[in-house]
Amino acid sequence: MPDNKTYFYIKKWIDKNWQLTLMVILPLSFIILFHYVPMYGIQIAFKNYRAVDGIWGSKWVGFDHFIKFFKSYQFIRVTRNTIMLSLYSLIAGFPVPIILAIALNCCKNIKFKKTVQLVTYAPHFISVVVLMGMVIQILSPKYGLLNNVIKALGGEEVLFMAEGRYFRSIYVWSGIWQNMGFSAIIYISALSSVDPTLHEAAIVDGASRLKRVFYIDIPCIVPTIVILLILNLGSIMNVGFEKVLLLQNPTNTEYSEVISTLIYKQGLASAMPQYSYSTAIGIFNSLVNFFLIVGVNTIARKLGETSLW
Amino acid sequence: MRESRSDRIFYMVNNIFLFIILIIVLYPMIYIVSCSFSNPRSVTSGAVWLWPVEPTLLGYKTIFENKDILTGYTNSAYYTICGTTLAVILTVLAAYPLSRKDYALRNPIMLIFTFTMFFGGGLIPTYLLMSNLGLINTRAVMIIPGALSVYNVIVTRTYFQSTIPIELLEASQIDGCSDFTFFRKVALPLSKAIIAVIALFYAVGYWNSYFSALIYLHDREKYPLQLFLREILIQNTIDAEALSKGQMSIEDMAARQSLFELLKYSLIIVASIPVLCIYPFIQKYFVKGVMIGSLKG
Repeated sequence: MPDNKTYFYIKKWIDKNWQLTLMVILPLSFIILFHYVPMYGIQIAFKNYRAVDGIWGSKWVGFDHFIKFFKSYQFIRVTRNTIMLSLYSLIAGFPVPIILAIALNCCKNIKFKKTVQLVTYAPHFISVVVLMGMVIQILSPKYGLLNNVIKALGGEEVLFMAEGRYFRSIYVWSGIWQNMGFSAIIYISALSSVDPTLHEAAIVDGASRLKRVFYIDIPCIVPTIVILLILNLGSIMNVGFEKVLLLQNPTNTEYSEVISTLIYKQGLASAMPQYSYSTAIGIFNSLVNFFLIVGVNTIARKLGETSLW
Repeated sequence: MRESRSDRIFYMVNNIFLFIILIIVLYPMIYIVSCSFSNPRSVTSGAVWLWPVEPTLLGYKTIFENKDILTGYTNSAYYTICGTTLAVILTVLAAYPLSRKDYALRNPIMLIFTFTMFFGGGLIPTYLLMSNLGLINTRAVMIIPGALSVYNVIVTRTYFQSTIPIELLEASQIDGCSDFTFFRKVALPLSKAIIAVIALFYAVGYWNSYFSALIYLHDREKYPLQLFLREILIQNTIDAEALSKGQMSIEDMAARQSLFELLKYSLIIVASIPVLCIYPFIQKYFVKGVMIGSLKG
C-alpha cells in the first residue's frame, strides 16, 4: 500500500478522467489495431516472407528486395510515370480552384453564384468507377460524344483509350473536372474572411475590382495557397491506384504503370504474390514522400513565414 | 455607388467565365442523363446531343431485371448503412474526449491519432493483418476497417471545441453533472450539424469504394455495386442473358450492342442517384464541415 498522499492523488486522477478515457478507449484500440499493427508487418520488406513461417519467423535477407527493385527495368519507368503524372496534375490542376474561387468571390449575382457552386461541387461525390465509366463512354471511338463532335467537324475518329500518350491528359483533366469545385471551397472560405475594410479603403482610393483582386484578394489567400502547395508537393509520389487501375489497359501501361499499381500487381493481383518485394517498394515510396514533405516545408520556411510546422 | 466602366466589363467577363465553367461541368452530366432515356439506336448513332431522342425507359428496365445489379445495390446499401452508423459512433466517441482541454490524456492520444495520417503499414501488411484476423471474404471487411477516419475525428473535435462554450461545462460540473451526462444531454444535441456532415462523408465513402472489395472479396454475392459497375463500364463484360431478358426480340448483334451501350448510361445514373439526391440538402452543411477542417484547431 503506497502512502496516503499518492493514493489520494491517483484516486483523484482516476475520478476525474475515467469517463473520458472509457469513451476514447474503443476508437483508440481501433486505430492501434488497424493502423499500428500493420506497421509491425513492415519488417517483411527485409525478409523472405513465407506464410508458413509467419511475419516473425521468416528469414532475414537485408536489402535484397530493395536492390532487386532498383535494378529492375520497372524502377525507372514507374518512378518516371508517378512523377510525371503528379507534376502534370499539380501544374494543370492547382491553379484552377484558385481561379474559380476568385471568380465566385467576385460574382455579385447571389443566385447565379449558388447555382455554379451547387453544380461544380457535385462531381466530387461521383465514384471513381462511375467517373471512369463516363470518361470511357464519352471518349469511346464508335459511339462517344467527343468522337461524334470530331466526326461532325469532318475529322477522323481518335482512339483515346487505346493510345498511351493520351493517358496522362485523360487522367489529369478528368480529375480537374471532378474536383475543381470542391477544392475551391477552402479558398472561398479564405476569401470570405478577407477584412472588408481593406476593400472599402481601396474603393475610396478609386481602385477597380480587377485591381482589388490582385492587390487585396490574392495577397490575403497566399498563406492558404502556400500550405496547400506544400501538402501537394509533399505527396507528389503518392499517386493512388484506384483511378489509374481503372484507366489502365495493355496499350497504355508504358505511361500508366505507377508505383502504387506496381505494388498492387506484384503483391496481390499476380498468381505468384511477392509480399516482401512489394512491401519493399511501398517503403521506398513512403520514405521518398516523407523526405519530400520535410524538404519542401524547409524551403517554404526559409522563403517566407508560412509553413506546416 | 456607381460602377465604373472598367468594373462593369470586369463583372461581365467574370460572369461569362463562370457560365463557361458551369457548362463544362453540367453538359457531360446532362448528356449522360439524356442518353440514358433515349432509344438505343439513337445513342449509338450519335443522334443525342442535348435532350433524349425517342424517350424510352428500356435501359432502366434492363438494369432492374439484372440480378447482379440488384445484388450489388442491396450489398452496397447494407455496407453503407452499417458502416456509416459504426463510423459516426466511433468518430464522435473519439472526438469528444479529444476536444476537452482538461482531459489529461488528450495530447498523447491526439499524437497517436495524427501520426497515422503521415505514415502507415502499406498495402501488403494491412492485407496480412486482415487475413490473420480472418476477415478475408467476409462482409465485415467492407464495414469495419474503414470505420474511422482521423481526418473526420479532427474536424469533429474542432467543431466541439468551437461550438460548446467552456462555461456551459463548468456550470454543469458545479451542478454535479458527469462527463457521460454532459456528453449525452448537452454536447450531442448541439452537434447535429457536424454529425450530418461526417455521416455524409462516410456514407459517400462507403457507397463509392471499390478497392477494398476488389482485394478482399471473392464471392460474387458479397460484391458491392461498384465492383459490378467496374465489370460492366470498365471491363465491358455482361451476361448475354441479361441483355436478352430486357427485350425478347433482340437477336442481332448490333441491336444487342446498342442496348448494352444504353444500359451503361442508365447504370451511371442509377449508381449515382442515391448520393446526388441527398447532396443538395446537405450541401450547406458540408461546406461548413470543410471550412472547419481547414481551421486546424
